[in-house]
Amino acid sequence: MTLHTINKTPAESGALKDCLSALSEGDALILIENAVYAAMPAYAELFTRLPGSVQGYLLDADAQARGLQDLNPDFRVIDYDGFVELSCRYQKVVSWF
Amino acid sequence: MDVIIIDGQTVEQDPEGYLRKLTDWQPVVAEHLARQEGIELSEAHWEILNLLRDFYQEYEMSPAMRPLVKAVAAKLGPDKGKSIYLMSLFPGSPPKLASKIAGLPKPTNCL
Amino acid sequence: MSENKKSFLIINRKAPYGSSAARDALDVALTISVFEQPLSLLFLDDAVLQLLPSHKPDQIGQKNLSANLAMLEMYDIDQLYVSRTSLEQRGINPDTIQLKIKPLTEPEIALLIKQHDQVLSF
Repeated sequence: MTLHTINKTPAESGALKDCLSALSEGDALILIENAVYAAMPAYAELFTRLPGSVQGYLLDADAQARGLQDLNPDFRVIDYDGFVELSCRYQKVVSWF
Repeated sequence: MDVIIIDGQTVEQDPEGYLRKLTDWQPVVAEHLARQEGIELSEAHWEILNLLRDFYQEYEMSPAMRPLVKAVAAKLGPDKGKSIYLMSLFPGSPPKLASKIAGLPKPTNCL
Repeated sequence: MSENKKSFLIINRKAPYGSSAARDALDVALTISVFEQPLSLLFLDDAVLQLLPSHKPDQIGQKNLSANLAMLEMYDIDQLYVSRTSLEQRGINPDTIQLKIKPLTEPEIALLIKQHDQVLSF
């Protein structure tokens, strides 16, 4: 099982689209840096066809830095320690950037 | 010039005399920095220094001349909001010199 | 002097913090204003995300871009424009923007570009 990290907004490159089509059952996805914007309600549609077993996360410091408040509730908000813990829990980490 | 000790506190300066750390600043440090520049701080100087520190608090940047003049005019009145008045207090480049004494970064985009 | 003036348009297209583009655009804007050239700023695509209020970037070790943008009016940079479409695509209500800024349609943006002598894109 794989942890996917993504750091681009939905508009700035094809990274998010590529990442979403490469997810497997049981994988996890974490939005970091500019990718936290993907958790804005306006982008919720992008994530509706994900396998139910895929858990989404986002990094709190990056969301707060950018003044994001109303976030897609499907994403669990975690801190840096949580990010480290996730990176250890999954066999592989794939970075989309 | 690189390290000064004021009241037992070590204060680091960059090669141009700006403080390395914002948090090192206190009024006694300002007096020391002003003396390095040959200035004895008066009430009139302090008005500008405090205004600059408020400006930095709000906008997180040191102002160039025009915004400085504008901020001074808005807070201290049109008589003081003039470059000639600021030049009389902080000769040469008022934004650069006053920012230095106020313990703030050097203003960028300043001629 | 007036015959030497050129009007500038800076087009911002990138989100803040993820790259230096937003800060570079701001630096160039402030520099142009110090030379007293007429200047407009347009926020397009992901750059509309720069306009969200209440940034708290100290946790990621960066300066607060929204504080810096609030300073534009002190530099008399008051010709600020934003793409209505880019706002809509991201679900941002123009009324939540704290800067005095004018939303433009696509034809209005094309006209804005046409009206300026120099256009710089970030």
